[in-house]
Amino acid sequence: MRFRLPMAGLLGLAVLAAGCGSSSEPVTSGKVAISYAIWDKNDQASAEKIIAAFQQANPNVTVKLEITPWDQYWTKLQTVASGGTAPDVFWMNSLNLRMYAKGGIIAPLDESKVTDLPQAVVDGYRHDGKLYGLPFSVSIPALWYDKKIFDAAGVKYPTADWTWDDVKAAAKKLTDPSKKQFGILAPMLDQVGFYNTMIQAGGHVVSADGKKSGFDEPGSIQGLEFWTGLIKDQVAPVAEVYADTDTIQLFQSGKYGMQYGGVWFASTYWANPEIRERIDVAPLPKGPTQEAVILLGLANAVSAKSEHPKESAAFAEFVASAQAQKIISDSGGGALSLRPDTQDGWYKAFPSFHLKETVTDSLPNGVPYPVSMNTAQWQDVQNRLLADAWAGKRPVADAAKEIAAQMTEILAKE
Amino acid sequence: MLIKREWVWGYLLIAPMALGLAVFYLWPIAQTLYLSFTESGVFGGQTWVGTANFTDLLSDEEMLGALGNTLLYAVLVLAGVPLSLALAALLNVPGLRGLSVYRTLYFLPVVTMPAAMALTWRYLFNGDFGAINYVLGTLGIDGPYWVGDPDFAIYAIAVVGIWSSIGYNAVLLLAGLQSIPRHYYEAAEIDGAGRLRQFFRITLPLLTPTTFFVVVITMINALQVFDLVYLMVDLKSPALSGSRTIVYLFYEKGFVQNQRGLAAAIAVLLLGLILVLTAIQFRLQKKWVHYE
Repeated sequence: MRFRLPMAGLLGLAVLAAGCGSSSEPVTSGKVAISYAIWDKNDQASAEKIIAAFQQANPNVTVKLEITPWDQYWTKLQTVASGGTAPDVFWMNSLNLRMYAKGGIIAPLDESKVTDLPQAVVDGYRHDGKLYGLPFSVSIPALWYDKKIFDAAGVKYPTADWTWDDVKAAAKKLTDPSKKQFGILAPMLDQVGFYNTMIQAGGHVVSADGKKSGFDEPGSIQGLEFWTGLIKDQVAPVAEVYADTDTIQLFQSGKYGMQYGGVWFASTYWANPEIRERIDVAPLPKGPTQEAVILLGLANAVSAKSEHPKESAAFAEFVASAQAQKIISDSGGGALSLRPDTQDGWYKAFPSFHLKETVTDSLPNGVPYPVSMNTAQWQDVQNRLLADAWAGKRPVADAAKEIAAQMTEILAKE
Repeated sequence: MLIKREWVWGYLLIAPMALGLAVFYLWPIAQTLYLSFTESGVFGGQTWVGTANFTDLLSDEEMLGALGNTLLYAVLVLAGVPLSLALAALLNVPGLRGLSVYRTLYFLPVVTMPAAMALTWRYLFNGDFGAINYVLGTLGIDGPYWVGDPDFAIYAIAVVGIWSSIGYNAVLLLAGLQSIPRHYYEAAEIDGAGRLRQFFRITLPLLTPTTFFVVVITMINALQVFDLVYLMVDLKSPALSGSRTIVYLFYEKGFVQNQRGLAAAIAVLLLGLILVLTAIQFRLQKKWVHYE
């Protein structure tokens, strides 16, 4: 009898370890508590304000905010979701959506709440014809440029009707080896980089039916060679440089004329007074075939196992509403809200950047971020093989064809 | 009767520990073994595939590359053991003042978080702004991108690996040195053996048990290296092909690509590799380890 204690203690520990992160509060006296998981500390302030507004309108519901850093977010979420204890409402991106929808982890939501939102973003949250995420923010790639470097070289600033050729010509003029100054950065990034150029040149990443990779299309290869060409022409630093230093930091060193980045870099750049004055932003240049900008939005998903599905869905709907999106933009944080009529506060937070013009010009050319069921799996293949092409160890066409073969194999298994 | 009761008591006393081992070690090991024979989705849904994972891995270029990188790293880090020995011998000078200060200094990397170490070194190794290339630059040498270049990355990581284990190993070896009885040296001195001769004829042979322990532990740790590579080389880095270790591949397959079954198979293969290499070490110890 006396030995039950330590064993019970151990068992308790085991149960605790297995159930860590679970948070299902008992419902008391009609009051309901739901949990809300996000990954970005930059959006903590706006999330707290949104929760306050929601609780004011629904006094019987309490929302508990949990922030898990991006690096651990998906691993932790997978673990708790497998154990059936996912948060009631949580941030979702389109890369992971289908896996969670197919796994029965998240519940379908009411599509009528987001009919007036940009479809390129909303479509990323569809699986089997149903909507599984309610988007609230949008990430738009854009061209950042250093006015000081442009002025010194006597080059005109980028405009909305720039083409690839304009970028290449400007990059050449802005490069100055004696100062270790380059015209442009050419990191191996998909969302703000080569996915855009692949589609701009008439290629694609995944075929419309999701069964075939498009990496071996001539347009796709052309879109990839745009980047490796910049490195080859020595108007952009070599591949190893980006492995050492993050591109956001590189650009702030004032040694690079242009950067394909995201409008969401604004809050970081604005916070640096030395850089704030000397840079601005323009829409992505047009490709040889078409104008295209990858749009990726964040959304809220609702756990299929939530004990309070009604309240959880109501909260996710509220975050997608105009009222909540205005709170997001007014906070002037990392995220730009998805509804165009709520974005002004965000533009005002960074008055000297031409963000409004950039966003307004980009939205009509939006294409959804390419995803499938096992996006992460073929993206890892893509990154691994492209790394050799970026480093100049392998012809781009050669690497692209191998990516296409491996990727189509992965897609076939889905 | 009495004996029987003692049995019961014995089992009762080890029960908490045994239960902990069972829950946190044995059960996961069994699970990993089982998983390695399945194809496993993210949210459950396992299908038995027999040995397919293993046959896939053994013909997989990446796995072979990771194996090569891991073995190279292990050899490089083992090459640091003589350095630890030299350091221990220096610290073992009789009457050395401030021994505890040196011991603490050299031991510091062992108690420092690997994350902090790796990030600090990453700054030092930075090709454009790093201190190492700055120093080389003043000497007129154009330094490489240490962690961005596949040809250099594994060496850069090994430098950090050696640097972080040197103190630990030196402290172990120092303990071994100090346990060698003085009278051997006194006898040798009477016989007219010099300092060097004493070192090679007395110190080294009598230190072999400690050396053996250090070599085995260092090798096992080196074969399991993950944190340094993970923190110094990103998933998109061009250097990954030249620095991906077995555990890094395990992480990539299991947590990036969500192929849990394949990842479990990698873990099982690594266990096998460590068992074989350690068994060989134990076999070889008859040849060079002297127990008094």
